[in-house]
Amino acid sequence: MIEMQDVYKTYSNGVVALNGVSVRIKQGEFVYVVGPSGAGKSTFVKMMYREEKPTSGSIMINGVNLAKLKDSKVPLLRRHIGVVFQDFKLLPKLTVYENVAFALEVIEESPKTIKKKVMEVLDLVGLKHKVRSYPNELSGGEQQRVSIARSIVNSPKIVIADEPTGNLDPETSWGIMELFEQINDRGTTIVMATHNREIVNTIKRRVIAIENGKIVRDEARGEYGYDD
Amino acid sequence: MTINTLKRHMRESVKSLGRNGWMTFASISAVTVTLLLVGVFLVIMFNMNHFAKNIEDDVEIRVYIDLTATEKDKQALRAKIDAIPEVKEIQYSSKENELKNLIKSFGEEGSSFRLFEQDNPLSDVYVVKTVKPTDTMKVAKQIETFKFAHKVKYGQGEVEKLFKTLKIARNIGLGLIIGLLFTAMFLISNTIKITIFARRREIEIMRLVGATNGFIRWPFFLEGLWLGVIGAVVPVVSLSFVYYNIYEFVKPRLAVPFMQLLPFNPFMWQISAVLLLLGACIGVWGSMMSVRKFLKV
Ligand SMILES: Nc1ncnc2c1ncn2[C@@H]1O[C@H](COP(=O)(O)OP(=O)(O)O)[C@@H](O)[C@H]1O
Ligand SMILES: [Mg+2]
Repeated sequence: MIEMQDVYKTYSNGVVALNGVSVRIKQGEFVYVVGPSGAGKSTFVKMMYREEKPTSGSIMINGVNLAKLKDSKVPLLRRHIGVVFQDFKLLPKLTVYENVAFALEVIEESPKTIKKKVMEVLDLVGLKHKVRSYPNELSGGEQQRVSIARSIVNSPKIVIADEPTGNLDPETSWGIMELFEQINDRGTTIVMATHNREIVNTIKRRVIAIENGKIVRDEARGEYGYDD
Repeated sequence: MTINTLKRHMRESVKSLGRNGWMTFASISAVTVTLLLVGVFLVIMFNMNHFAKNIEDDVEIRVYIDLTATEKDKQALRAKIDAIPEVKEIQYSSKENELKNLIKSFGEEGSSFRLFEQDNPLSDVYVVKTVKPTDTMKVAKQIETFKFAHKVKYGQGEVEKLFKTLKIARNIGLGLIIGLLFTAMFLISNTIKITIFARRREIEIMRLVGATNGFIRWPFFLEGLWLGVIGAVVPVVSLSFVYYNIYEFVKPRLAVPFMQLLPFNPFMWQISAVLLLLGACIGVWGSMMSVRKFLKV
């Protein structure tokens, strides 16, 4: 459960990115975050994995207030939240296997557990046959699958995705969305900032629209609602 | 921390030593040059101090007794010297004894002085030691005024001069070394900065997936440590080698008791330990400066 209460965010350069946001997202929900460029979508989701701290207000995730969370505790939070980006954020010198294993190595899992979990998620994202490939040998869609595999290898309760299909062509995007639906079906909360109108209007889910740092619309089975 | 994690940190730190090639080389060279100078300086300073201590212990006032003095005059002179509060001890050395010492100090060639045994031209001497070596001059000046003190000889400020020179040399050396230490640290911190820059994407992902700051820091800490310790190897080995040879060469040739080098063992072991420790500290410190600044941890 994610609960934001009167969240304001002013960046150090004076830009007000969030201007009083309150919202509740229940465990297992699938939420699109839409809105024009610069509206504050990225800032909104960054609050949830504590990439940014709110200037005021509170953000509760499973009973923990991220606004008051000590820096030293942030790593522990991140182990329970998967994050996926538009640019995949894979390490070019590591293989597919190693890129996913990386997430477990840095939290000091045992090699046996690592092997088991990595193979499981690579199977789930359909890349078991590419474990030894390097990112530059993969298509964009495949790279995004690797990054999704990495984000869920810890079995997080929440997966946050900031424009995960932003760099992909439409066909590939559908595949990626199917994957997110599968993950959501297992009970994982998904919060996805997106510009993909087709997807939002076809795979109908809750839509939160943000403009100028404010939530202007919040519908259970919403429309994309913009023309771009 | 598990063994696997430690291995991983080791691997990462060694990898970036190789990856940073020239900067690694420059940092290690800086440490090497610095520690070589520090080492030479320490070896010289400790030996000079050792000499100075020996000389200091040897400082004495030699009061040459007037040849015309009778036994009673000598007793009176002795009593007067004894009355000076700074005086620790007085030893009488007869002229026969003086001649014997003279002959002995010249070794082989000394035998020609034997001729004088019949008609000894030397004086009887009181050898006076003061409680504090620094009082030597004052006491000597006082004794000079006594009757039958024909001539008074002492270090004539040699010791003071030596100590003064040592002090100046030490201060200049220290200044130089501190400058060099900072240069080495600066170079190391730059090398680490490059590593951090080269690995910023990796660090970003580490953060995202929940690596602790300690985990992220470790490889940089180790890289700095390697730079410092590897940099210390050449100075330690070369200084030990050179010192050993000088020591072995000089030992049988220096007859004068106070001019002796500190023995190789344990002195060079201590110096080596100091240099290695210094190298490690420079490395770790340089690395931590960068990590603090560029990792925001
Ligand atoms: N780190 C930052 N420092 C300063 N301003 C920022 C920063 N990140 C975003 N902003 C500003 O905050 C506003 C919202 O940005 P963002 O949350 O990225 O919007 P969106 O993801 O909806 O495009 C924009 O005006 C942007 O320029
Ligand atoms: Mg954005």
